[in-house]
Amino acid sequence: MPNLKDLKVRINSVKSTQKITSAMKMVAAAKLRRAQENAEAARPYAEVMERMVADVGESLGGIEGAPPMLVGTGSTQIHLIVACTADRGLCGGFNGAIIREVRTMAHDLKRDGKIVRILCVGRKGRDGLKREFGDDIVETIEGIGRRGVEFADARKVAETLITMFDAGGFDVCTIVFNRFQSAMTQILTSQLLIPFAAPETADDEAGKDSAGADDPGPSAIFVYEPEEQEILAELLPKNINQQVFQALLESSASEHGARMTSMDNATRNAGDMIDSLTLTFNRTRQAAITRELIEIISGAEAL
Amino acid sequence: MSEVSNTIDFELVSPEKLLKSEPVEMVVVPCTEGDIGVLPGHSLLIATVRPGVIDIHEGGQVRESIFVAGGFAEVSPERCTVLAEEAVPVADIDPAQAEKRLEDAKQALTKAGEAEDGDTAAAEKEFKTAEAMLAAASAE
Repeated sequence: MPNLKDLKVRINSVKSTQKITSAMKMVAAAKLRRAQENAEAARPYAEVMERMVADVGESLGGIEGAPPMLVGTGSTQIHLIVACTADRGLCGGFNGAIIREVRTMAHDLKRDGKIVRILCVGRKGRDGLKREFGDDIVETIEGIGRRGVEFADARKVAETLITMFDAGGFDVCTIVFNRFQSAMTQILTSQLLIPFAAPETADDEAGKDSAGADDPGPSAIFVYEPEEQEILAELLPKNINQQVFQALLESSASEHGARMTSMDNATRNAGDMIDSLTLTFNRTRQAAITRELIEIISGAEAL
Repeated sequence: MSEVSNTIDFELVSPEKLLKSEPVEMVVVPCTEGDIGVLPGHSLLIATVRPGVIDIHEGGQVRESIFVAGGFAEVSPERCTVLAEEAVPVADIDPAQAEKRLEDAKQALTKAGEAEDGDTAAAEKEFKTAEAMLAAASAE
């Protein structure tokens, strides 16, 4: 039979946990709104830029001396995986999904005899991966998105990437992040950053067709000013910046969404637990009273 | 939409958001190799944009001027898209602030020039941007 006092303590502790989770839910909801707005506002730029790189790249495709950032270094030996996770936990399967995906990718690549390097954005990713891939993690970038993701954050990541690429640190780069769909669902996305992969236009929301409706066909011939090469040299690093920025924004919106959902669940679970504990508490209390009464009555009868 | 349209869809996008998306009669974009006036039916073009002022024309008059700090422009017969790294309506530029930015950029440039393998490219770019911004502000 559980002790009354213990039950009381339990109930109080669950109650204070509930207070914390519900506060975290509120905070996440507020942050989510802002992050979501930012992520959605940044989509047009990323889309236009991707299209532009695709256009320029197409007319340059197959030509000798196209920049390696566009067509690849010709080798696929060293793979770099950029894992976008959060710095903090308590957000459901958000970090776990990324870690699992990176782990599967890394194992598959290693089985094919490739060298894998991992760049972690966010502390949780490093924590989750360091035991297995400790030697493969080249760098960890933390503290992104504490006050909303800024373009400078993305530039920091992108610059690390570009410097590494120029130094021959890797041949292929993939970024793994959660694309924001709604507060409940995040879509795990792995996107090829280097070499440039033409975007699949089909996966964009059908509602936003204003930008792509009257697109000139891929075979359209553009006039370039200055030369394609020069434009590309400027455009490619910018594109990487932008894709990273977009990924970070999506990831941050997803993080808050995931946290909001999981904290909502936690709050509800705490509520259920309080109910059931209160029930036990009351039963126990009643049982104690009954027992005392029986003792008194039977005591009186014995006289 | 009629076959022959006398407006062209102009889009101005910055990394943070879509700043402007509207049909215009003509837009003048400052490209690296000279200003380009874009009218409906312009041939396909991709160009780099230098720091300068985009003018939106209507009825032969400049209706709106927006300062951009460089970027890219993509032109098709129906659409003109400008990817700007930074965009401010000319009317909103504070000349004093622009002047300060130019001053800061100048210092950064000299500092970068003095350092051995300093990164002068970035400093120079910032200097040019600030210069164009101030020019835009004082032309207003």
